[in-house]
Amino acid sequence: MKDVALIITAVVLTLAAAGAIVRIAVGPSLLDRVLASDVLLGIVGAALAIDMAVNRHLNNLFLLVALTLIGFIGSVTVARFVSDRRGQANDS
Amino acid sequence: MTPDAGGVDAVIDAVTAVFLVLGALMSLTATIGLLRFPDLMSRMHAATKPQVLGLFLLLAAIGLQMRQWWVWPVLVVAWIFQLLTVPVSAHMVGRAGYRTKHLHPELLSVDELESVVRRAATERGGTGPGYAGPAGTAGELDDVLGLGETGDGALSGTAGQHLDDRGDGRGDQGEGKG
Repeated sequence: MKDVALIITAVVLTLAAAGAIVRIAVGPSLLDRVLASDVLLGIVGAALAIDMAVNRHLNNLFLLVALTLIGFIGSVTVARFVSDRRGQANDS
Repeated sequence: MTPDAGGVDAVIDAVTAVFLVLGALMSLTATIGLLRFPDLMSRMHAATKPQVLGLFLLLAAIGLQMRQWWVWPVLVVAWIFQLLTVPVSAHMVGRAGYRTKHLHPELLSVDELESVVRRAATERGGTGPGYAGPAGTAGELDDVLGLGETGDGALSGTAGQHLDDRGDGRGDQGEGKG
């Protein structure tokens, strides 16, 4: 049963990652891309968690904790960077 | 072990498999929302909400499979930090999106922030009837929201102009609003 679950989750997460990458590629604005990369990070974390649950090890556990701890810094930084860059581009 | 330990194991494995599949489907839901929703705000909603529940299901699956007592506090810490940090990033992206007009006003049923911005602009005696122009809108939005670390005017006059780094037409919409 866990093998079936592993196959299903692999397919589902592959589709999800492909969709997020498509949104990163086409997403009309920078903020869309940041949002999609955040989703992609969550998909990577989900893959790590599924690997741990199926294979019964804990090698990725603290990587997962660190991911949830500091994963938001990227999108926050880029969200501020968008505003600041536009301001400076217009002021100069 | 008790004679029905195998049955318990089978049940736990089944619950784990269900949790894994549901958690993966949550990520797929977020991606479908990203691909199909029309503007930044709705994409932000779709992207940031399902994955918290999805990560909860996956962490519960890990806890069910490992069955070591010290794993659960670490999993709870991971999920609590996910709960704390995901709204922060969603709020920042939404704030930057509102300020740079990455939204379709015709798709909003309620825009509570617009009246606040307009009232603050008239109180400051700014650019006419509040939201009338791109000038000053962003700085006043900073003041109203109490998020003034950039409210030093560095953003003023930028909100309606050059909204998109690729210039694919949404910028025109934002300027037309003014």
